[in-house]
Amino acid sequence: MSERAKGMNLTLKVWRQNGPQDKGRMVTYRVEDVSPDMSFLEMLDVLNERLILEGDDPIAFDHDCREGICGMCGMVINGVAHGEQVATTTCQLHMRHFEDNAVITIEPWRAAPFPVVKDLVVDRSAFDRIIQAGGFISVPAGSAPDAHSVPVKKVDADAAFDAATCIGCGACVAACPNGSASLFTAAKITHLSLLPQGQPERDSRAKAMVEQMDAEGFGGCTNTGECTAVCPKGIPLDTIARMNRDYLRASK
Amino acid sequence: MSKRNERAGEQSTSADVTGEGGRVGGVFYTEGEPIRDTKAPEGPIEDRWEKRKFSAKLVNPANKRKLHVIVVGTGLAGGSAAATLGELGYNVTSFCYQDSPRRAHSIAAQGGINAAKNYRGDGDSIYRLFYDTVKGGDFRARESNVYRLAQVSVNIIDQAVAQGVPFAREYGGLLDTRSFGGAQVSRTFYARGQTGQQLLLGAYQALERQIAAGTVKMHTRHEMLDLIVSDGRARGVIVRDMVTGEIERHLADAVVLATGGYGNVFFLSTNAKGCNTTAIWRAHRRGAYFGNPCYTQIHPTCIPVSGDYQSKLTLMSESLRNDGRVWVPVKAGDTRPAAEIPEEERDYYLERIYPAFGNLVPRDIASRAAKNVCDEGRGVGPGGLGVYLDFADAIRRLGRDAVEKKYGNLFEMYERITGEDPYTQPMRIYPAVHYTMGGLWVDYDLQSTIPGLFVIGEANFSDHGANRLGASALMQGLADGYFVLPTTIGDYLANGPYGEVDEEAVAEAETAVRSKIDKLLSVNGTRTADSYHRELGRLMWDYCGMERTEESLRKALERIPELREEFWENVKVSGQAEELNQALERAGRVADFFDLAELMCIDALHRTESCGGHFRAESQDADGEALRDDENFAYVAAWEYGEQGPILHKEALDYEYVKMSQRSYK
Ligand SMILES: Cc1cc2nc3c(=O)[nH]c(=O)nc-3n(C[C@H](O)[C@H](O)[C@H](O)COP(=O)(O)OP(=O)(O)OC[C@H]3O[C@@H](n4cnc5c(N)ncnc54)[C@H](O)[C@@H]3O)c2cc1C
Ligand code: SF4
Ligand code: FES
Repeated sequence: MSERAKGMNLTLKVWRQNGPQDKGRMVTYRVEDVSPDMSFLEMLDVLNERLILEGDDPIAFDHDCREGICGMCGMVINGVAHGEQVATTTCQLHMRHFEDNAVITIEPWRAAPFPVVKDLVVDRSAFDRIIQAGGFISVPAGSAPDAHSVPVKKVDADAAFDAATCIGCGACVAACPNGSASLFTAAKITHLSLLPQGQPERDSRAKAMVEQMDAEGFGGCTNTGECTAVCPKGIPLDTIARMNRDYLRASK
Repeated sequence: MSKRNERAGEQSTSADVTGEGGRVGGVFYTEGEPIRDTKAPEGPIEDRWEKRKFSAKLVNPANKRKLHVIVVGTGLAGGSAAATLGELGYNVTSFCYQDSPRRAHSIAAQGGINAAKNYRGDGDSIYRLFYDTVKGGDFRARESNVYRLAQVSVNIIDQAVAQGVPFAREYGGLLDTRSFGGAQVSRTFYARGQTGQQLLLGAYQALERQIAAGTVKMHTRHEMLDLIVSDGRARGVIVRDMVTGEIERHLADAVVLATGGYGNVFFLSTNAKGCNTTAIWRAHRRGAYFGNPCYTQIHPTCIPVSGDYQSKLTLMSESLRNDGRVWVPVKAGDTRPAAEIPEEERDYYLERIYPAFGNLVPRDIASRAAKNVCDEGRGVGPGGLGVYLDFADAIRRLGRDAVEKKYGNLFEMYERITGEDPYTQPMRIYPAVHYTMGGLWVDYDLQSTIPGLFVIGEANFSDHGANRLGASALMQGLADGYFVLPTTIGDYLANGPYGEVDEEAVAEAETAVRSKIDKLLSVNGTRTADSYHRELGRLMWDYCGMERTEESLRKALERIPELREEFWENVKVSGQAEELNQALERAGRVADFFDLAELMCIDALHRTESCGGHFRAESQDADGEALRDDENFAYVAAWEYGEQGPILHKEALDYEYVKMSQRSYK
């Protein structure tokens, strides 16, 4: 608990957009007496309470768990997806990392396959469709063998887990100069292809998911590494290499 | 035949501004017929589920496509149910309020999932899991249901592993397990501190596979606002498209609610911000009984409140209690930093009071103990509302690396929120509302009192009695969704078809939804919905929280209607109905929380015993432990909605297998 006696005063420049058709604009707000122990979203909550009482539309933003795990939140803060704090979702960002009197710009994810719904809310349903294309292991309920019938090397299980921690937030896409969804897609392909259970569908999965990613209009990967730099779960870039290998293997 | 109870003096009733209830003449509730049949088969407990499965009628595969099932919610319960029903060939429509089914609140579960695999050979068995759950639930759960849950638990792990859920493993390649609050065997499977996430992604992927196959139609960003009951049967839902504001009707042959718990009635809880009671409350208003609404679980290890802007509380997984030691200073008012308090001036109070279980006592006991030491003025941190959870010993014993491997992500989360480093100074924790054992009443088939309405996961009241054991909610959600519901709903559907849906019933539900929205938008008062929600939450925490008394509950029952009345006269909701309007979404949820809060307090007031998470200060033993009153309260309280106040139906609980005893963790 920090003992800073007085709260901070901040200037926010926030992207407001009424709907997909609206052109949108930056709007400036002053917020005062912000406690350093507040989370970034709590700071916006306080502003929104004020806006509602003034009869204005509160700033729409997505959020739910506020624990960095559901992947619902996401804003570009001062030009960086989820803000400058490393490996941190927007909801886990706290105001103690900002200076008093700072000017903070807040914008939505920007990428053609993620159209703005309203203000900071975007439509990420393209991610679900990539999973639909093949991001699963086909095993109807009740048909599974005993869990110990297939041992899995600890290193493989751990590596699969690391890839599986992707929360589907979309920061990687927002950060990528090409608007590529490679890191997201590669994380799922890596998770499943490292496990023995994922082998039977390994080729078809990689092919279908990559093709769906392209069909959604995401850009290609040129290895800039911006994605992994903003990724709140630190999904590594080498997952993309694995995805490409699996894809090539499948396309032979 | 109903008898009147609990007259609350000469208190006058609040004007019914909402058309939404209100008490008449100060009578809190009346009593109706007891519930005699829960549809559990008879015979030896280990055969009952087998029997039920065999007696369930089967639907002709060719007909399944024509049978339409609505599943509201895509958490572990709803996601697994929708996927499985799709795999079986039913025509499924699924809803969630998030932008993707993968974000349901189950994603946040950290610690693990129980299963009676006995992979460790440490004496676990289906019977032991059954026994522990009945006992842990303080003898307020049904034996038949709990036994089935323990039986099915083993299939869940198989299913999840086959789906690619990356559970923690040992070097030999087999699954690792750990022991979890209240259990002396190691039966909890886990995926680092993200077990819920990994299990939910497994269910989500199965669901997306069915969406691709065309068996499930998914509607994200849709909120269910009412249930359509036609001819006495659940036949559909009214939902609001949260992007366009459009009110839509969806009809079906059966409806499944998997909408999670209602802990957010307390405003501050470990639940996700959007968790709400609207779906089950609306169903309750339409005739579904509400089971044990007052049973709330307060989790002992959460990060304490830091200020009045606080929007939610964050849980620190209970697995931390395996290695962390809980303590407070011996002296009240000791404000020295932890490091300056010598060993002999620390009170490791859980180890002291409960030598057998120490830091691993069940949640309700650990929570109350924390409250007690804070009430004695020995709490730490701001406002004295916290106790230490100290890893110094564990770090000395196991090394920092080992501790980091086990709990690294939790420590990081703690540091991010508090700015304090738990490797060098003890964590501060305090209890917070976490889980609601209460929920819509269901029978053995998971069917509510409205035929055709099934309720699964945290939304029902079924398996945990008055207190849920750690790592058992994930188990229950997946047992319901993958294995129980798909069988039992088939029996209901096979007995159909149930005819045309009455257009009048649909129109009536639709109109009710619209007028509520119009009303909320037209009040145009001076306080936000959130500010009312905060006040309601505070009131519930103070009067119907960790400790409840007749006096506190009566106070709450006086205050809630007043506050609700003020809400309906003075709430301010900006914006329009036909757009994405988060202020409107919240206001709608808060309105339902008011009504639920009242029922919770009535339930808590009528149950004058203490049991599990429900602690009535009047009912404790000489040591301050919860004292049950089996003679008078060994029943499920199933509440029917009534315009004149709720009507109580009692379902007697019999224990044939586990002998009723007072819990003792000493
Ligand atoms: C922080 C935390 C940690 C936990 N850790 C553990 C653990 O380690 N082990 C364990 O066993 N349990 C744990 N629990 C409890 C467990 O996670 C939950 O009880 C369980 O996941 C609930 O699952 P569910 O499917 O019933 O509901 P949820 O996962 O809450 O899903 C509810 C679904 O309903 C939808 N919904 C809700 N209302 C509406 C509406 N009106 N209209 C449309 N859709 C709606 C939501 O969109 C969502 O899809 C934890 C809980 C919390 C809060
Ligand atoms: S890869 Fe990282 S940034 Fe991209 S969606 Fe997953 S968690 Fe978010
Ligand atoms: S709100 Fe869930 S990750 Fe941020």
